Amino acid sequence: MLSSKNDLINHFRSMLRIRRVEEVLAERYPEGEMRCPMHLCIGQEAIAVGVCSALNDFDVVFSNHRAHGHYLAKGGNLDRMIAEIYCRATGCCGGRGGSMHLIDLDVGFKGSTPIVGGTIPLAVGAALAAKIKGLSQVVVAFFGDGAFEEGVVHESLNFAALKDLPLIFVCENNGYSVYSNLEERQPKRLISPIPEAHGWEVYSGDGNDVQAVADISHEAVSRTYKGKGPQFLEFETYRWLEHCGPNDDDHLGYRSAQELSTWKEKCPILRTQKHLLDERIISKSELVSIQDSIEREIQKAFEFAQSSPAPAPETLFHFSNLEETKCVTT
Amino acid sequence: MRDDLTYSEAIREAIDYCMSQDESVFAIGEGVPDPKAIFGTTLGLRDKHGAERVLDMPLSENGMTGVCIGSALSGMRPILMHQRADFALLSIDQIINNAAKWHYMFNGEANTPIVIRMMVGRGWGQGPQHSNSPQALFAHIPGLKVIMPTNPHDAKGMLISAIEDDGPVICIEHRWTHHLKGNVPEEPYREPLDKARIAREGKDVTIAAFSYMTIEAISLAEAFKKQGLSIEVIDMRSASPIDHETVIQSVRKTGHLLILDTSWKTCGISAELSARVTEKAFKYLKKPPLRIALPDIPTPTSSSLAEDFYPTADVIGREILKILSVEISDDWERVFQELRGSGPFDVPYLEFKGPF
Repeated sequence: MLSSKNDLINHFRSMLRIRRVEEVLAERYPEGEMRCPMHLCIGQEAIAVGVCSALNDFDVVFSNHRAHGHYLAKGGNLDRMIAEIYCRATGCCGGRGGSMHLIDLDVGFKGSTPIVGGTIPLAVGAALAAKIKGLSQVVVAFFGDGAFEEGVVHESLNFAALKDLPLIFVCENNGYSVYSNLEERQPKRLISPIPEAHGWEVYSGDGNDVQAVADISHEAVSRTYKGKGPQFLEFETYRWLEHCGPNDDDHLGYRSAQELSTWKEKCPILRTQKHLLDERIISKSELVSIQDSIEREIQKAFEFAQSSPAPAPETLFHFSNLEETKCVTT
Repeated sequence: MRDDLTYSEAIREAIDYCMSQDESVFAIGEGVPDPKAIFGTTLGLRDKHGAERVLDMPLSENGMTGVCIGSALSGMRPILMHQRADFALLSIDQIINNAAKWHYMFNGEANTPIVIRMMVGRGWGQGPQHSNSPQALFAHIPGLKVIMPTNPHDAKGMLISAIEDDGPVICIEHRWTHHLKGNVPEEPYREPLDKARIAREGKDVTIAAFSYMTIEAISLAEAFKKQGLSIEVIDMRSASPIDHETVIQSVRKTGHLLILDTSWKTCGISAELSARVTEKAFKYLKKPPLRIALPDIPTPTSSSLAEDFYPTADVIGREILKILSVEISDDWERVFQELRGSGPFDVPYLEFKGPF
């Protein structure tokens, strides 16, 4: 599929925005005000952006612990995400979730949680609901190679194929679960033949090439709309920083410096930026103006978050059964 | 008023009513549309409501619980069912991590209205893995409601309330209650999910019983009445929220509390109820509360072992006489003999031929 130049500029802007948001998060994390675990997706931005570029607001996305990119690419509110990471009352979960629990129902971002594989059957259920109600809607679940080891994924593959659901699974294969290499965890076989054997249509591609991801995703979405059933997309990519936290973890030696540098050379953002400049799709001054507008937006979001109040202690029992039954004290 | 509807038929009426009222309600579980229809509780529902809303399911308890929760997040109201509670244990992750917490952790942005029915097996050698009664396990989890209706009337009224509730509800049904008959109005009605019910009024001792143990308590109370002892029987109906207030009101009157549970004693729901009553109503108690529950071992299969594993009305009756410091006369021995009957003890009633 040929995309317009505007699409590529939008992809670039969206990736750069995610990258810069996370770089600022990493810079400020040591200040100790974001008091929750944080998993950054730096290096993996192209998959979130490419996939979500194929979706409408009414399409639904579920995500995992490394969710910032998915949330922002789907159109999630930046101010409320940063406020949530600061655990403030204005956050998208009112401070009850933190970085690992993001939600923005206005744009179909149904929720992210850190139990690996936990949201995958939820996506299947949302697709089942869409089918029962006769809604024209695609549901996407993002997960990593580690989730593919979870039983629920295989249970989900089976049921979604059985019911021919309008579902897209996106496997972001970054080769590691925390510090454990894929080879320590899975036999020497590919992932994609397994969903294929369940009757899914399967596609794979370079997860650091945003245009390739977008093209594959657009086709997958249109196939679900044509009633072709569930689609499994696998993209290879790489996590630059530590599993959890703002730092690199090269000193631990669980992966080679060469492996990391090879992947950094495949940076999805620099690659796209080079293409945009080389092909004169944007000028240097247009690039600077994109960068400036992103920086301004990020600065405002952090100001919003840091000036927001913490959740009021008297709201502790809100949204619980205790609030309903008034049996708080014993 | 009909007085001959079984518990199973009452459950079926509740599901049928809710599916007729609300198109977002659907029924799913291993065997839901099969000829046995989950002990008759889903009989005819597929013919009436269609295959799209009355679903069989792959043997994927955890995944399918997640599917139901995901559908609930998209506006559906699933009723998921397991023919044994033991199978629901495969879905603990989805129940605890997602269904129970979603509403709170996402700041009330979304609800998870899901009902999970699960059945407790007993008798005919159900053994270690077909007899689990996990009320305490689920009651421990904030965000879940846990109900255990005992009679047909409550089964229909509480299940309708559960299906209409906006949060997750675990409905634990004892297999030895499904055949029981009772008064069940034809029209829909709702029973609360957090209130115990006085099953028999009395003044000498309070028995607070969960699920099938209420049946044992009632037969005991009737036998004791003839002997001039007055037992108040409270059918707890819910394990979470647990209605300790009704028990405390009764203990104010009787001064004695005996708690009967269908599950293990250690960290069981009987411990929770005992603790709450002791904390709040110590001054009304003439003696410490007594708990009769299952011994802390897996359920044995052989009936010669299971006979002593499950406490029966006669065993409970002897404990009550101890509480009241009544000497066991020959007359009482005859009462206990009658309560015990002659067996076999591994069926809910003598003519029972299954399914188990």
